[in-house]
Amino acid sequence: MKRVISGNEAASLAVKLSRVQVISAYPITPQTTIAEKLSELCGSGELDAKFVKVESEHSAMATLIGASSTGVRTFTATSAQGLALMHELLFWASGARLPIVLVDVNRAMAAPWTIWCDQTDSLAQRDTGFLQFYCWSNQEILDSVICAFKIAEKLLLPCMVCYDGFYISHTHEAVEIPEQSDVDKFLPPRDAEYRLDTKDPRTFSGGTLPANFMEIRYKLQKAFEKAPDVINTTYGEFDKLFGRSYSAVEPYYTDDAEAVLLASGSAASTAFHAIRKMRQSGIKAGLLRLRQFRPFPEKELLSYLKPNIKYGVLDRDLSPGTGGVIAQEIRAILNRNNVRIDINEFIAGLGGRDITVDNVTEILLKVRDDKGDKLQINWVGLKN
Amino acid sequence: MAGTNSPGLKEITVFGRGGQGAVIAAEALADAYFREGYHVQSFPSFGVERRGAPVTAFLRIDNEFIFLRSMIYNADIGLVLSPDIVKGPLFRQSLKDNAAIVINSPARLPELDGRSAWYVDATGIAVSHGLGSKAQPLVNTAMLGAFAKAAGNLKLENLLRAVEESVPHKVENNLRAVNEAYESTVSLG
Repeated sequence: MKRVISGNEAASLAVKLSRVQVISAYPITPQTTIAEKLSELCGSGELDAKFVKVESEHSAMATLIGASSTGVRTFTATSAQGLALMHELLFWASGARLPIVLVDVNRAMAAPWTIWCDQTDSLAQRDTGFLQFYCWSNQEILDSVICAFKIAEKLLLPCMVCYDGFYISHTHEAVEIPEQSDVDKFLPPRDAEYRLDTKDPRTFSGGTLPANFMEIRYKLQKAFEKAPDVINTTYGEFDKLFGRSYSAVEPYYTDDAEAVLLASGSAASTAFHAIRKMRQSGIKAGLLRLRQFRPFPEKELLSYLKPNIKYGVLDRDLSPGTGGVIAQEIRAILNRNNVRIDINEFIAGLGGRDITVDNVTEILLKVRDDKGDKLQINWVGLKN
Repeated sequence: MAGTNSPGLKEITVFGRGGQGAVIAAEALADAYFREGYHVQSFPSFGVERRGAPVTAFLRIDNEFIFLRSMIYNADIGLVLSPDIVKGPLFRQSLKDNAAIVINSPARLPELDGRSAWYVDATGIAVSHGLGSKAQPLVNTAMLGAFAKAAGNLKLENLLRAVEESVPHKVENNLRAVNEAYESTVSLG
């Protein structure tokens, strides 16, 4: 059935359809309506889950670490400072190999105080050992959250599904809501091999000597290296049942492009619209949409990045002292693989600044006409 | 921002004040156009809402999926819940020069400088149907009835079903307000 719903409602319905058993969340704009909807669904009995009220995001994640250790399916949602407050425990969740699913509704990090969108909050969690996916539509949110549980539980890795605050979270559009029986076929109940059980007591994640710690970290890295295959298999199964396909990187109009923009989230969506307009007026522009940030889709990106095309990377984030996080990661894989491609770096849309068709057009023309001054960071729409 | 729209794309901005139901109006319109077979996208002006402060909400409709996710700067239609907003710069800067205007006012507004518009006394209709209070009438559903009359591409029955789904209370009263506004909306040149 298709219904017109918000991005946050799409996330909530996906959690319900995934038959999550324990939810813990603390309200923070623009995530709040997810926690509200889920507490309603738990209160009415439509969702047979325990909703644990807590006094902070740190406690929300701690609650899920405990719950997930018993083998149940768990979920939380947060934004910005809330995600930052969880930071310490995000490492714990991945180190303990707990398949917790977290929705981060992207919001800029204060100070100054702000409730509006950018992606610095989740990108700053890149070293915590969470898988990370970025959505550009409400349908993709619903599908990605359902897939996230399956992927997380197969890999024993926690997973973050991210989408832009307000630009997607509070936008209403039509979403195909699958039947519960179909989701049940796709996503069976969690079957945890190891779990906290009073009848079979074990210790989890206890003090580990230098003799063993590195091997456990190595296994964590190996799980991320295995992730692309597991993710693609999961998308294949999802496509078969629901007729919608996903991948880590999506190319649009790239084959004959002179200038290609690499972007994610709502900015990629507006860029797609802008690029179609540019094509109509004969400008050979293209888009690479980055859907997955962890593991960083090295193989996929390398297959699309071509030395004869000029690239711009749009970062709706800032790592002060370096620049855009995504641009930095792209450069790292290019260097590691000895691929010589120059990229232009654009910082745009911080703290909810609108990214318009004119912005995208200006960026792509600048990339196309670039004569080789690659070191500077281009700030889009910056006031004097 | 000229030339940002694809041929089938129409952009609608709802101008109101906090407490009038501008956001719900845009969501109900999205649902109504969805029932009509359109692709829709509605969103509030992103911010912290306060009762009485200007609020805008937005709607895009198209014959294909809408990828454009920036704010709306040049709307094709302005739906004005609070007529005093036309005095401010926000109103003039947000619409195309030839935009259709649907306005909550029992009489022609001199501030529109003779520009033609669709008029409806949504405040009177809302009060007579017991929607909100006299001091703070909930005019959104009456304005949707006026919108359907002015837009011409939205069946009243689809709007009524959407309103039925969107309003939390007094469903019958709201549906009557939609009908009455639809019947009484007039275009004044």
